[in-house]
Formats: sequence, C-alpha cells, structure tokens
Amino acid sequence: MYIIVVGGGEVGYHLSKILLNDGHEVLILEQDASRCERLTEELGAIVHRGDGCEATTLDSVGTGRADMLVAVTDGDEDNLVACQVAKHKFNVPRTIARMTNPNNETIFKALGIDATVSSTNLILAHIEQELPSHPLIPLLKLRSGTFEVVEVKVPPGSGVVGKKIGSFRMPKGSIVLLVIGKEKDPFIPTDDTVLEAEDEVVAITSAENEEAMRAILSGK
Amino acid sequence: MKVIIMGCSRVGAQLAGMLDAEGHNVTIMDVEPYSFRKLPQTFKGVALVGNGLEDEALKKAGIEEADVFVSTTQGDNRNVMACQIAKHIYHVPKVVSRIYDPIREEMYRNLGLDTVSPTRVVADLLKDRIEG
Repeated sequence: MYIIVVGGGEVGYHLSKILLNDGHEVLILEQDASRCERLTEELGAIVHRGDGCEATTLDSVGTGRADMLVAVTDGDEDNLVACQVAKHKFNVPRTIARMTNPNNETIFKALGIDATVSSTNLILAHIEQELPSHPLIPLLKLRSGTFEVVEVKVPPGSGVVGKKIGSFRMPKGSIVLLVIGKEKDPFIPTDDTVLEAEDEVVAITSAENEEAMRAILSGK
Repeated sequence: MKVIIMGCSRVGAQLAGMLDAEGHNVTIMDVEPYSFRKLPQTFKGVALVGNGLEDEALKKAGIEEADVFVSTTQGDNRNVMACQIAKHIYHVPKVVSRIYDPIREEMYRNLGLDTVSPTRVVADLLKDRIEG
C-alpha cells in the first residue's frame, strides 16, 4: 500500500518505521526543515518538506494514487483538514486522523474521517483497566459504534456468583463471549457455565445496555 | 441577530465593532485576552476568552442560539474546523469562514461552506487597480 503520513513528529516517525518494515510504500510530509533532515537520515529518502494540508503539496507527492493518508500532527484541526483535502480532492480511500482532544471524535466522524485515534482515550482505557474500582472496562468499540466489547470482573459479593450463565437475563443484544477464570484457561462459556467470583467475563453489548450489563454482572 | 465571531484578529475586531454598532448581539471569542484591545472603545458586546474548537467554550458563547457564526482566526484549518462544527454539529443557520489559501477555499466552498478568501479578493482588487 502507498501510505502518506502527515506530520514527522515522534508518532509519525515511529509509525512510518513500522509501516516501512511491513513492506509498505511510505511518504512523510513534514514542514520543519531540520526535522526533515533527521528523518531522512534515519529512514531514507521518504521525506518531503511541505504542508500536508495544502493541495499543491499533496499533489506533488502523488496523493491521487495513495491508498491511505494518516494525519498525526499535534494539531487536531490540521489533522482534520489534511484528511478532508485527501478525501475530497484526491479521493484517498481511507483517512485516519490523530486527535488530542477526545471530544473531537464525534465531530471528525460526522465530517467524514474514516477512523480516528485519540491518544488521550487510549491512555485512559489503560488506566481504567488497571483500576479495580472500575467494574466494566470498554475493550473495543466496533466500527459502527453501536456495539462494544467489554470486560467485567465478577466481584465476590455479586449475585451471579455460583449461578449458571443461562439462568440470568442478559440485556437485549448482549452475549457473553469468553470467561477467564482465576486459575483456568480462557474458555467459551455455555448456558450451563457457572460463574465464580473474580472471573473475568468478556462480553459484547450495545452502548445503551452497557449500564444494565454492568448491573447484572456486578450484582448490584 | 445573535452573532459569534471566533478570532479577535484585526478583521474580527473590525467586524465585531461594525455589527455591534448596528445593534446586533455580538460575542467575540479569542484564546488570547490581549487581542481584545483591538476592539473599538464603544463595543458593547461580549468578549469571551475561549477556544472556538471546544464544545464548552462554544456553549458558553451561546452557539445553540446563534444566528451567525464567523471565524476570523489566523489559521485556515482552525477556521475551517470551527465553521464545520458550527454548521454540522450546532446547525447555526449562517456560517462564514475566512480561508487564506484559495485552493482550500475552493474545496470547502464546494463542500457547502460559505467562505471568503482574502488572498483572492485582495489580489483581484489590486489587479483591477493596476489595470483600471
């Protein structure tokens, strides 16, 4: 694939390095001259100095044949515009924008950006996984946004301890995919699987039923 | 009319003064309070410190009741993003964006934004002067 990376900061550098190793054709657009020099020294002649939001720059690096454009500068608005120009002027099939402000996710989606990555949200998800007080951990939001893969640790006092999965009513559109026991290998449960305290349950649920799911499994 | 202007640049401040003098309800936003010194002494509207790309600041400025949103910051990308938020998220009836880069201006005009490119406008004026 031909992938254009807008922004040669730390994220752009490491990302490009991995993509190159995976055998992709990569081009980095970076405005700062000394940064361009350093990137060229490290990665070879795959760096072009210029503004990734400018149509003329994008034109000169052959954006018309790019399979993907990833904008990873530290300015959310710059990433948005780079993706929009790529999409609307050059018909790039897939655009991905990095964002610092997680609130921009809905806006970017509404404005036609295919995928967004929020470093803030990623760090937050990791913190939440580490926090025992957070009973329901969102692991993955599926592309459409209506379903989520979540993880719940069954607390010792929960009403579901010692009960069969088939015996309690799951919210509509939710299903338990996997049970990770304390000393057992992960397994796919059946209706007859009995839950134990400290079991980690991986389930798929809709966003609106997240709360109900949490209530059932934590037994509150 | 309730008008929100984002970016107290020279143009932003001038426009705010003009609309205010005509009796409109004007709120001007900027991240840098020092830039409000450009507002005319007679300005009776609201000068609000805040980033027009952030929900909270926009709500504080009253975007939900605004009739007009204009972005006049120095950054094309900031203007474009703010105006798209105003238009597509808050459905402000009239949204106008300043975009210096004529190519970007043309693209966003085609995407349905109301845009003004000072570069194009001034170049045209200068050309007319030279030839006239």
